[in-house]
Amino acid sequence: MTWVWEHLGDIGGYAVSHALLAGIPLIVGLAIALPLGWLARRFPRAAPVVVGGSGLLYTIPSLALFILMPLVLGSRILDAINVYVAMTIYTVALLVRSVVDALGSVPESTALAATAMGYRRLGRALAVELPLAVPVLASGLRVAAVSNVSIVSVASLIGYPQLGYYLTDGYQRSFPLEIGVGIVGCVLLALLFDLTIRVGERLLTPWAHADTRREGRPSEGLVAR
Amino acid sequence: MIRFEGVTKRYAGAPGHAPSVAVDDLTLEAPTGQITVLVGPSGCGKTTTLRMVNRMITPTSGSISLDGRDTAALDEAELRRGIGYVIQHAGLFPHRTVLDNVATVPRLLGWDTAKARRRAAEMLELVGLEAAYGGRYPSQLSGGQQQRVGVARALAADPPVMLMDEPFSAVDPVVREQLQDEFLRLQRELGKTILFVTHDIDEAIKLGDQVAVLRVGGRLAQLDTPARLLADPVDDFVADFVGRDRGYRALGFRGAPPLALRDEPTVRLGAGVGAARAATTDRWLLVLDDAGTPVGWVEPDRLTGPIEPEQLHRGGTVARADGSYRAVLDAALSAPSGRGVLVDESGRFVGTVTANRVVAAMSRPAAGGEAGGIPETAGGDPAGTAT
Repeated sequence: MTWVWEHLGDIGGYAVSHALLAGIPLIVGLAIALPLGWLARRFPRAAPVVVGGSGLLYTIPSLALFILMPLVLGSRILDAINVYVAMTIYTVALLVRSVVDALGSVPESTALAATAMGYRRLGRALAVELPLAVPVLASGLRVAAVSNVSIVSVASLIGYPQLGYYLTDGYQRSFPLEIGVGIVGCVLLALLFDLTIRVGERLLTPWAHADTRREGRPSEGLVAR
Repeated sequence: MIRFEGVTKRYAGAPGHAPSVAVDDLTLEAPTGQITVLVGPSGCGKTTTLRMVNRMITPTSGSISLDGRDTAALDEAELRRGIGYVIQHAGLFPHRTVLDNVATVPRLLGWDTAKARRRAAEMLELVGLEAAYGGRYPSQLSGGQQQRVGVARALAADPPVMLMDEPFSAVDPVVREQLQDEFLRLQRELGKTILFVTHDIDEAIKLGDQVAVLRVGGRLAQLDTPARLLADPVDDFVADFVGRDRGYRALGFRGAPPLALRDEPTVRLGAGVGAARAATTDRWLLVLDDAGTPVGWVEPDRLTGPIEPEQLHRGGTVARADGSYRAVLDAALSAPSGRGVLVDESGRFVGTVTANRVVAAMSRPAAGGEAGGIPETAGGDPAGTAT
C-alpha cells in the first residue's frame, strides 16, 4: 500500500488525464450525434445509412484506430488529439442510435400538438422533443461514458499516459497492486461519470419525478406513453 | 368561417394497389361563431379533414379558406398559431408546468413571459381550474383536468377558430358530460368558430349547431342541424349511424308548449305523518324542501314518523316547465307516481303532468310550438317519429 501513497500524485494526474480523454469526446460526440440522429428521424430514408454507418464505426478495434489517427490527421504519434478524435468517433458510433431512440420516445401526440400550436421544425426539436428525449438520451450517454473510460485505457499501449498505464506497466513488472490501482481507478472513474450523468438527468427532468400520488394515479411512464 | 371547396385527400397506395381516398370532394361551410361537428365511423376521413384546416395535412386538391383567405397562401406556423387545437388525451407537454403549457402559443407569438403567464392564469380560471394547478406538471392531473388544460391552451391566444379532435372521448362518461356542458357554456360566452370531430353521434347531436355525417371513403353523407338529422336522415347509412330511439331523441329539440298542469298536493320535508296523510290524494306524495324545490316522493301509508331525506324515492327526473318534450316526458315516465315533476328556471316546483297529457300535446297537429330557449324545432311530423 505504501506504493499507492507514494504515487498518489501520479495516480491523481493520470486519473484527471483519463477523465478528460473520456469526457471531452463524450461531450463533443453528443454534440455531433444530436443533429445526426435528428436528421435520421427527419429523413427516414437516410436513417439506415446514418444509424448503420455510425454503428459500424464502433467495430473498428481501438488500438488500430489510435494507430491510424496520425495517418489520417497528420498528427504526431503521441499527440493527445489522436485519442480525442478516436474516442469522439466511438462516442458518435454509440450515441447516434441513442439519439434516434430518444427522439422516438417522445409521444407522437405531444410532437403533433407542438406542430399544431405553431412550432416550426427546429423550434419543436429544441423546445419540446429534446427536453422530452433526455431520459432515454441519458441512458445512452451512460453506456457511452463507461465504454469511453474503458477504451481510453487501451491508449496506454501507444504510450499516452492515463490510468491504463498502470495496467500495462503492472503487467510488465508482475506487480498486481499496480494493476489493481489501474482497475479500481477505471471503475471509480466510470462510476463517477455515471453518477454525474444521473444527477444531470435528474436536474433536467423535474417533470419526470413530480409526485403523481396526489391525484391517486400510479406514476405513469411519461416517456413510454 | 371555415370553407372547404371541393377538397380531396388521396394517399398513394402500396405498389400495385389503388390509391386510397381519405376525403372525397368535400364542400362544406363551418359558419362563424358556431359549432360544426364532423361525425362518422373510423375511416371516414374526419380527422384528416380537421388537420387539413391547419395544414398538418395538405389536400390533394381543392381549397380551404378561413374568412375568405386561402390557407394555402399563409405561412404554416403562423396559420397554426391563429387556430386553437385540442386533441384526445390533451397532448400536453409533459415537461412543462400547466401554466407554461397554457402559455405556449402566446410565447410563440412573442409575448413576454410574465404577460403570457398572466394570460395563462386567466385561461385556467376560465376553464374552471384553481390557480394552484398552474404549478403542477400534466402527469399530476386527472384525465379530465388535463383535457381542461388542453382547452385552456387552445384558447390562450384568443384564436377565432378552434379545431377539436375527439377532445372528450378519453375520459369517463360522467366527466365527459361535465366537460361537454362546460364547453357549451364557454362557447356561449366566447362564440368561436369551431370544427369538432367525434365518432360519438350523441356527442355530435348534443354539441353541434350543425352536424356533418361522413361515410367511409370521406364522402359527406348529410349536413344538417341535429334536429333535422334525427328527423330526416337522407339514407340508410345516416339512419343507421344516427341510431335507435331517433324519434325519442328528436324530442330533445322540441320545446314543450305550456302544458295544463295538475294541481299536485305537496308536503315539506320534515312534516309529520298526520300532515302527510292529510295532504295525500293517492299512494304517492311529492315532498319539497324549504325553498320549494322538489326533493322526492314518499308513500304516506308507510311513514312512521316525520319525513326524513332517506325515506324519499328519488327515481323521478325533474324537468323545466319550458324544457323539451323529451325532458318533460322523461320526468313523467320516471316518476313513481306517473306524474312528471316540473319546475321553473330557479328550480321551484310549479306542477306535475302525466305522460298522457304530454303525448296528447305532442300529437296535436301544429303543436310543435317553441317554448323559451329551445333552439330549432324538428318541424314536420308533429309526432316526432322519423321515417
